[in-house]
Amino acid sequence: MLSVMRNVIARDLTLAWRRRADVFVSVLFFVIVASLFPLGIGPEPKLLRVIGPGVVWVAALLASMLALSRLFADDYADGTLEQMLIGATPLSMIVIAKVFAHWIAANLPLVLIAPLLGLQFGLPADALAVLALALALGTPSLSLIGAIGAALTLGLRGGGVLLALLVLPLYAPVLILGSLAVEATATGMTAQPYLLLLAAMSLAALSLAPWAIAAALRISYE
Amino acid sequence: MLEVSNLACTRGERTLFRGVSFALEARGLLHVAGTNGSGKTSLLRILCGLGAADAGEVRWRGEPTRALREAYWREVVYLGHANALKDDLSATENLRIACTLAGRPTTAGAVRNALDSFGLAACAHLPVRALSQGQKRRSALARLALSGQAPMWILDEPFSALDVAAVSHLETLILAHVTGGGNVIFTTHQTAAIDASITQRFDLDAVAEKDPC
Repeated sequence: MLSVMRNVIARDLTLAWRRRADVFVSVLFFVIVASLFPLGIGPEPKLLRVIGPGVVWVAALLASMLALSRLFADDYADGTLEQMLIGATPLSMIVIAKVFAHWIAANLPLVLIAPLLGLQFGLPADALAVLALALALGTPSLSLIGAIGAALTLGLRGGGVLLALLVLPLYAPVLILGSLAVEATATGMTAQPYLLLLAAMSLAALSLAPWAIAAALRISYE
Repeated sequence: MLEVSNLACTRGERTLFRGVSFALEARGLLHVAGTNGSGKTSLLRILCGLGAADAGEVRWRGEPTRALREAYWREVVYLGHANALKDDLSATENLRIACTLAGRPTTAGAVRNALDSFGLAACAHLPVRALSQGQKRRSALARLALSGQAPMWILDEPFSALDVAAVSHLETLILAHVTGGGNVIFTTHQTAAIDASITQRFDLDAVAEKDPC
């Protein structure tokens, strides 16, 4: 079972590498959205420092959601998903592998580039580190929750907008905890409780979401 | 081995078929026939567990397939209309991942031989997007050459888009699988595709609802 999961991860990462323009687009989207805010609001350092954490988080949320529709759509269109549904490995395990590969290809670049964007808002160095850490702990739950939406809207016309409507409200707790963690550090308090809560949410999502995703995929087919 | 009792399938308002029952013993070769839209694909998808029947049951070695799940799927190879190939991967990479998903990991040599037997040696390392329709179909079918141990093959229109040589190779492969103790269920519109003397035939038009659509 583990070797099947490893193979699926390797396959999805190979595919992501061969179509790296797609990855580049969502990273670029993240950079542009986060950069538009300082331009629109003006060079007021105090104000920028206050809104910075929230803006970077919202931009990361949107960029992460942009990539979601690709998660199952290609496999659905070319029939590979059918073979996964009737494969020898439980579908929920394959789903974990696919979401993990998707997280590496679509979300890890966001985590790595976020501190750079935080600089635009004049965030202090320790807040930048916490920003990256909070994103690293929070984005897995975004991918897992988003994958449920992606599975439910599979094969629907106009699924992209529906996906956003379904998923974005569910992202709210992660957004709140994530930006609180950065704000706490910027104002000299500890971010630990928020980071622990983010990690707990990701673990909870990891233990529950794969079954929901697998069930949603079967519903889309029947 | 495979028993089907009283299957019914509806699509929207329309009943495709009702009361479909048959049994397939070991070494069974079943040709599901029927006009376009008679529900051949729907029937095959129900048989392999991708679709849900509105009534009736499919049993494999006496157990309902809906309860067996992975234990049944380990023994089934399903090839649908979609080739299940990734455009950005080569035929070799596609075949390897398909076998891994099916729970039958293979070696590089076996994959090469399988592609070779379908005449794909020259383009085994090209991305599938560069192949023709027939070559894509052949890469998908090359899975069968590595699926000898799976007792049940369910093939939806396997002969479409193939040239004469590939059709006869596929026929040999199917016959060898059946004589080796396996089962094959297939649909096709090609008349003389497989020797009729050993083929059971199930005609969906005979069980179709008589009302016009």
